[in-house]
This record gives sequence, structure tokens and C-alpha cells, in this order.
Amino acid sequence: MNEDTRNRLARVLGPAAAEVSCEVCFEELDRFVELELAGDDAEAAIPGMTAHLEGCPACAEDHAALQALLQAGA
Amino acid sequence: MLSAAASVAPVTAAEPDSVFPDPESERWVAELGAPGGPVHDAAVVRLHELLVRAARFELRRRGAHADLEDLALQAAADATVAIIAKLPTYRGQSRFTTWAYKFALLEASVKARRRAWQGREVPLDDDGWALVPSRADGPGADAETAELLRAVQDAIATVLTSHQRAVLVAITLRDVPIDVLAERLGTTRGALYKTLHDARRKLRAQLALQGLHPLDSEGGSR
Repeated sequence: MNEDTRNRLARVLGPAAAEVSCEVCFEELDRFVELELAGDDAEAAIPGMTAHLEGCPACAEDHAALQALLQAGA
Repeated sequence: MLSAAASVAPVTAAEPDSVFPDPESERWVAELGAPGGPVHDAAVVRLHELLVRAARFELRRRGAHADLEDLALQAAADATVAIIAKLPTYRGQSRFTTWAYKFALLEASVKARRRAWQGREVPLDDDGWALVPSRADGPGADAETAELLRAVQDAIATVLTSHQRAVLVAITLRDVPIDVLAERLGTTRGALYKTLHDARRKLRAQLALQGLHPLDSEGGSR
């Protein structure tokens, strides 16, 4: 299976692992990103975040935005 | 804004003890939470300035808009209101500014997505889509991949409710942003994601009944 097909299937089927909801993702996003940027195991601290970010494009964008803002020195 | 819908899955984050990570965060909370007066008002002005900068950053990162400044100001204003309302829920598990930024970034990204889809039709029918194999899969992989995609397509057509199918097709096959779809359907991102999550679980269960476990390992089937 090529990458394009795999990506399309992944979008349709979503993550296999258990995941948090959009609400929990938003509540925990700031702590998750600070842990990531500190090099800590953010997924261990907030289980299910990584799967949700794989499955929810909008929350993944918010995650990328906060990472980018903090990395830019905000 | 997000709803307070039930968790998508039985995974919830642990509730850490509340502790302020630094004196600056403690100061933000004290000043914003102070009764109305010059200290409170000055803190709100500083917060708004911070949020405008964050919203501008995000809107530029997403590609410049002709009305970037207008969207940034709207996003910062809405985020300021949300932060003041939710101040008691800040648990000090990150710097206050990191906690505050996420509200501005959310508002900016939602407004940008909605602006990009303004005036565009949001496809909600479940016709005209297909999971066809890509040519790049090559002749060797075609039979297995095509069989898998047919099984997924059949499952979408047969095991989902019409609402689940419309939501899944719009978000995952037609790239309609979930916030845009939520606005058109008069619901929330959280509620729609719950629908999407339930649909995905049904599809995976149906495929498993056929011995198909796509994406669990490379190759993925049988």
C-alpha cells in the first residue's frame, strides 16, 4: 500500500488506540506542549492525547500552532 | 468553542494537583481575578495585547489574509472573554501565558477556517465519493489494496447511520474542516468528533469481522 492510500485510510479509520475527546485535548493542550518542549514524556502524563491528535485534524492544527508559537519564543 | 460533551473514549487525563509554575503566572491570576479596578483593567489590557500578538502569529503562519488584522482583533477579543470566564479553571499546570495562548490560537484558527469556507457549499450528501486505489500502489499491490478499500467503502455504505456517513465523508474524504461543518450543522466540534469516532469504531469492527485489520501493521489485511 502506498503512502497516499495509507494516509487516506488513516483519515477514514482514525487511530486504533483509545483517545481523549476534543474537550480533554483542549483542556490539556498547554500542559502537553510544555512537557513536549521540555523533552518529557507528554503522552505518559496525558494518555490518549497522541491518538487524538492523529485522529482530529482541527486539534492537531491547534497543537501545531501552540508548539510553533512557543518555539518562536512567546 | 468546544462543548462539554462526553469523552470520546474511556481515556481521561489525570487530575494533577494545582500549583502555580512561576510567580508571573500567579501574578496574572491575581490581577485578572481582582475585583474591578485599575489593577484588573490593566491586566486585561496586557492580556488582550498578548492575545492579539498570538492570533497574528497564527494567522500569518496559516498564510496571510487580506483581513488578518481584523480577524486577529476578533480572535483576541473572543479569547479574552473566554479566558476571564474560565480563569477559575486554570490549574497552574503550565505557564499562564501558554494556557492563555491556546484560547487565542483556537479562536484564530476557527475564524480562519470559517473565513476560507465562507460562501462555499459544504457537501453533505453521501454520493460522489470513492476510496479508489491510487495508481502508485502498483500492479502487485492492486488486488489486495483494492479489496481492502472496497471493504472499507462497503462498510461506510452499510454499517453507518446516514448522519455518521455524512460526517465521516465530509471530514475525512472531502476535507471539510470540523469547525466549519459544526457551524453549518448547528453543533460543536466535540459533538461532531464523537460522531466521527463512533463511525470509525463501527468501521473497524466491521472490517475485523472480515479478518481485516488495516493500518495495524504494514500490509494491514488478513
